[in-house]
Amino acid sequence: MSSEQKILSTDGIPLEESLKQAEKKNKIKAFLLVTPLLLFLIITYIIPIADMFSRSIDDKMVTNMLPKTYKAMEQWDGKELPSEEVFKAFYLDYKILVENKTAGKLQTQLNYEKNGFKSVLKKLARKQKKFEEGNYKEQIMKVHKRWRNVDYWRAIKRRAPSYTYSKYLKGVDMYSNEEGKIVQVAENRRIHRILWSRTLEVAFFVTLFCFLMAYPIAHLLATLPMKYSNLLMICVLLPFWTSLLVRTASWMILLQQQGLVNDFFVWIGLVTNDNRPEMMYNKTGTYVAMTQILLPFMVLPLYSVMKTISPSLMRAGKSLGATPGVAFFKIYFPLTIPGIGAGCLLVFILAIGYYITPALVGGASGTLISNQIAYHMKSTLDWSFASAMGLMLLTGVLVIYWIYNKLVGVDNIKLG
Amino acid sequence: MALPKYTEPHYRIWHYFYLFVCGCVFFFLIAPLFVIFPLSFNAEEFLVFTDGMKRLDPDAFSTRWYKDMVYGTKNPWGLAAKNSFIIAIFATIGSIILGTLAALGLSSRHMPYKGLIMAILISPMIVPLIISGVAIFFFMAKAGLAATHLGIILAHIILGTPFVVITVTATLSGFDHSITRAASSLGSNPFNTFMKITLPLILPGVISGGLFAFVTSFDEVVVVLFLAGLDNTTIPVQMWTGLREQLSPTILAVATCLIILSILILLTAELLRRRSERLRGINR
Repeated sequence: MSSEQKILSTDGIPLEESLKQAEKKNKIKAFLLVTPLLLFLIITYIIPIADMFSRSIDDKMVTNMLPKTYKAMEQWDGKELPSEEVFKAFYLDYKILVENKTAGKLQTQLNYEKNGFKSVLKKLARKQKKFEEGNYKEQIMKVHKRWRNVDYWRAIKRRAPSYTYSKYLKGVDMYSNEEGKIVQVAENRRIHRILWSRTLEVAFFVTLFCFLMAYPIAHLLATLPMKYSNLLMICVLLPFWTSLLVRTASWMILLQQQGLVNDFFVWIGLVTNDNRPEMMYNKTGTYVAMTQILLPFMVLPLYSVMKTISPSLMRAGKSLGATPGVAFFKIYFPLTIPGIGAGCLLVFILAIGYYITPALVGGASGTLISNQIAYHMKSTLDWSFASAMGLMLLTGVLVIYWIYNKLVGVDNIKLG
Repeated sequence: MALPKYTEPHYRIWHYFYLFVCGCVFFFLIAPLFVIFPLSFNAEEFLVFTDGMKRLDPDAFSTRWYKDMVYGTKNPWGLAAKNSFIIAIFATIGSIILGTLAALGLSSRHMPYKGLIMAILISPMIVPLIISGVAIFFFMAKAGLAATHLGIILAHIILGTPFVVITVTATLSGFDHSITRAASSLGSNPFNTFMKITLPLILPGVISGGLFAFVTSFDEVVVVLFLAGLDNTTIPVQMWTGLREQLSPTILAVATCLIILSILILLTAELLRRRSERLRGINR
């Protein structure tokens, strides 16, 4: 057969082409099956997460409230007090806000920018009803001496852009000052950095504790005969399937001052009955409860890796003269590294975003960054700040996840 | 596991120490769950073991908190349980349908951009719940679905599908595609082939994925806290509120019921796993 002669399928089309067509058809078929879920997730989940970004940098509120002012300010160089034109525009903008009863928002927003803005704006709202037409610069400056201070006008100008990265700066306790330089906030107000480092610290130690506890029991489960290990596996799987809140509740009972753990400490004479240690509503509570709750996530990947390691390897090592310790560290341990990587990163990712347990047993010194996000979502309603912190957390998690993918591969996630 | 007779003494000691450590860890894992059980039958309102309970005095035990859970006038548990089951059941059905279809597509070797799509599909499992909660809340608020059952069901479908996708994809990894081709060559249409050949074989995976989705929805509190109004309260939300305000024994009664439910789910999941391994010919 010459190479130019094409093989034809039964209906006369070249085989190559008909195979290509079938391939294409299969591709479309496979893609159509995935489409419903993919579309659903993109619309309800992926786009809203992306939307969090636009929300976190959005700063149109002030811009939209003072349209005339910002138009008039375009020519102002910011060195000396603005011209009459700016004062008039500000008066007109502010008048509308006061009439619509939305001036409060502007007062709060500008007060963030410069302390003391709220009171002068409130005073202006009261006084400006009696304003006469013309020469607004004089009249506004007469209301309060701060209106003669150019810093306040610069503060207004700083809010002119519709976008800002100030929420991200606030997330790491920084802000851009009056000259536009990025500086740190006063030392006693650096709360977010404490929260970030505490979150990392808790996640790190919980992962470490989980690893130290999970390694021996995963080894035991993997080496015991089936009938015993199945029974012991229930001890791992039952907490895994039990409601998070139930497990947190049981720790709240155990760790309270009159709880069983303290009873035990008194009984063995570690502490006296009168000064039982406070084990809940602090970091101890968070560590203990989170370690127990996340332990199954460490045991399961370790177990599934250890299960595949043949016991004859260790025996071979020992028969060649290795002591059990050497055999373990030279043979067994290196083989379990994929499981260790999977378990540690899984636990670390879960721990870094933990919310419920720290909120219940953590108290004030045990709260983590997630609690702060929830607080801004529900209490202060500063949704753009919550979005900014959420995205910072997400970036961290994605970096860790990327490492996880490089080391272990996403496809190796195993459940139970 | 017994040690051979020739084991040297210090290895013997080391071995028993290792077993002791394992025993402590297992105790640490499982014991907290069993504290709840006796305390939920406490006759007193305190959350500690009373002297009567320590003496196993029958008068120190009562079922009053269970009665309070069911009949208590101010208790929201009835409504919460109803909502929880409705939401979890619909979320499970939705997750199973969407997740199984996607897994079938993903395990086809013709699927383009497999890695990227898989990453998107399981992203709700990797992204911290608090961020999912914020994002889903923004979407539901825009769509006018905040504080509705539908909104919460959709949110739980988002969180539940990754589990179905993963378990069904795992089941399909050992799937022999020549049997579906055999069915087609014998004249069966694709729908029939799926219902009569594919589905029965992947059913264990589908059900265990569904169980994960059910538990995820039934246990989920972070997203519901953002979305729920007064009418959509669920059991976890009520427990959260209760635990924040005051630990009452009624909560322990509810917790006991939840532990029993999780034991049932665990047994089902274990049976399914074994059946699935048998069907796929994995012998251990």
